[in-house]
Amino acid sequence: MEPLSWGGIIIRMAVQFSPVWIALVVVFGLSITYKRRLGLYGKLFDSVIGMIGFALVMFWVFTGIFAAFDMIIQHDPLSQVSGMKNKLPGTPLPDGSGYYLLGGDNLARDVFSRMVAGSWIVIQIAPLATLFAFMVGITLGLPAGYFGGRLDTVLSFTSNLVLAFPVILLFYLLVTPEIVETGIPSYMAVVLFVFPLIFIAVLLNSRFHTQTAKRNLYVGGALLVGLVLYLSLINEQGSVISFLPAWLDLFDVPGNLLVVFVSVVFVNSPTVFRIVRGLVLDIRTRDYVAAAQTRGEGPWYIMLWEILPNARGPLIVDFCLRIGYTTILLGTLGFFGLGLESESPDWGSTINDGRKLLSIYPHPALPPALALMSLVLGLNLLADGLREESLRD
Amino acid sequence: MGLFILRRIGVMLLTAICLTFIVFFLTNLYPNLEKLAKTQGTQRMSDAEVTSWLAKRGYLQPLPVKYGQWLGVLPGYVNTDDTGAVINGRCIDPRKPDETPRKFCGILQGDWGFSTVFKEDAGVIISRRLALTGKLMFWVMVLMVPSALLLGVLAGMREGSRLDRFLSTVSIATTATPEYVSGVILIAIFASSAFGLKWFKGTATSAMEDANFNNFFLPVLTIALYGMGYIARMTRASMTEVMTAQYIRTARLKGVSFRNIVLKHALRNALIAPFTVIMLQFPWLLNGVVIVETLFNYKGFGWTLVQAAGNNDIELLLAASVVAVFVVLVTQLISDIGYVLLNPRIRIS
Repeated sequence: MEPLSWGGIIIRMAVQFSPVWIALVVVFGLSITYKRRLGLYGKLFDSVIGMIGFALVMFWVFTGIFAAFDMIIQHDPLSQVSGMKNKLPGTPLPDGSGYYLLGGDNLARDVFSRMVAGSWIVIQIAPLATLFAFMVGITLGLPAGYFGGRLDTVLSFTSNLVLAFPVILLFYLLVTPEIVETGIPSYMAVVLFVFPLIFIAVLLNSRFHTQTAKRNLYVGGALLVGLVLYLSLINEQGSVISFLPAWLDLFDVPGNLLVVFVSVVFVNSPTVFRIVRGLVLDIRTRDYVAAAQTRGEGPWYIMLWEILPNARGPLIVDFCLRIGYTTILLGTLGFFGLGLESESPDWGSTINDGRKLLSIYPHPALPPALALMSLVLGLNLLADGLREESLRD
Repeated sequence: MGLFILRRIGVMLLTAICLTFIVFFLTNLYPNLEKLAKTQGTQRMSDAEVTSWLAKRGYLQPLPVKYGQWLGVLPGYVNTDDTGAVINGRCIDPRKPDETPRKFCGILQGDWGFSTVFKEDAGVIISRRLALTGKLMFWVMVLMVPSALLLGVLAGMREGSRLDRFLSTVSIATTATPEYVSGVILIAIFASSAFGLKWFKGTATSAMEDANFNNFFLPVLTIALYGMGYIARMTRASMTEVMTAQYIRTARLKGVSFRNIVLKHALRNALIAPFTVIMLQFPWLLNGVVIVETLFNYKGFGWTLVQAAGNNDIELLLAASVVAVFVVLVTQLISDIGYVLLNPRIRIS
């Protein structure tokens, strides 16, 4: 078979991505049709910038999800085909069964399939890690801003401590095999992952504490589900924390993935804490907070049901930005070969693999680099669009 | 004002002590020490041999004692044999046997320890590498600050105009491109044989002795791009706020030309906020420096940090962390004080 021309490569890639195009058209069609009924999400479709950002983000979200079902990937991202080492884009396979659309890397793996498979890793980790960082930041930032005083001093000092740490140094100190051996990341996971649990329990309790029966049902149910998830998350057979019997341990997060997750959450949460604290300091002086205090509402009710909903605008915008930042951090980890396995197809590791031969064969490093850039750019544009639309009314 | 600065310095010192202690704790964990013993001694050491190797070098003392010795506030350990003769000690340099050993030798005395990878004094390595990184940072600042301010002022002077839209999108795009992405793209386009544009060099190793445009521009541009967008956006925000102020309207009603309004009335007030942002960019630049120095193989401070961390070179890593933490804290302090000094509303009250 003849090698493909650039036109042929682009057409074949577009065909390969066809499930993503269909999904995008459906989402955009539905959203634009019903945009007046969809609140802030619907208003996003009034701004061009926001729509472009949303399209970029959803492109990678759908790519990641479909890649998890083996739909867009052409070849196994880990398998090596002899004779395809460093081959240029559009080279056919030796047995004639297909093409390496974006060429082969230095281990003769398909660059295109690795890029697509890498999106699934990012789509899994980045939003979830950001969500956890937000839970930690909100749970600590609300009381720090609302009560102030010594609690605020201590928490602010601690968050400044983490913020003053150069991120890469922190990664090198936390994500090495020797430190993982001591179990410090696992203990950090125990502390950090308990915050979502506290957050949800306090949220429900403060709302329903006057209706005891309902409260017991909701808080009890949430705690039960949360506790089982929490325990199976932190518990891993064979690591420092393994006390659960195997039948109760629902799923195992591979040790190195957990470490990556923990360090990303740890780096992100102080910034969220600072933002939440600043917002609370501002909102605390509003009249509706004074009204709630006069009604005799408890402090946690005021924080979680009066202040937090009114701080949602800036928090949603920051959430989008922070997913982008988390993606960059994950890439940084991969770039330094920390955490994830060296053959993992995530974008940072692939860039790291490709950079060694960059001046001769740039094609293995460019696709993941452009993919990462477009996703982060999409998130930034989305945040910009959301900010503009939420300021409009 | 004096009290404010004193308090800030106090908090800074406390932060520095906490941070260095955390780094010290993490680098001195037992698995790290064991690895150190095995790489310095032999790979096949038994556990007892490892323990005695570590004990002889003072690594098995309690953590606060070790930290105090490293810092230089506690006297260094001394090992003696049965007769009481001194064998070795923290402050005894086997290369200079005639010297009377000092009692204290920590970083406060200027004793930064010995690098096991480079076989040299950590302090010497760090100062040499820092000079190289200083050169890089200087050119980054020369490129980044004026262009970012220009971008921000141009975008902010007419809010909502087409120029504003365009420049804002450009600055969003640069903040969305981390150094390891922009560096890879820039090298691929301007330095690889695949595109045929071999305008610049893909490595900056030769720039360590003799930096010129050809071998130094790409690393400088890579770091500058990432920071530029953020500073430009802050400048734009501050500029748009100033442009809606009453005194700008007054100036416009007096008939002052737009050019003079921007240059003489708005600019000075609009540049207060970006100053803080530029100073607070240093921690981020430090990250950028580590990535870019690794990518371009420029053997400066960031490269040393990666080498020390990757090779378990404990003393060198500690020295590098102290410098990194110190840089971050000092820039924070300067930005706080500078903000107060620059802003007349805070300074006078």
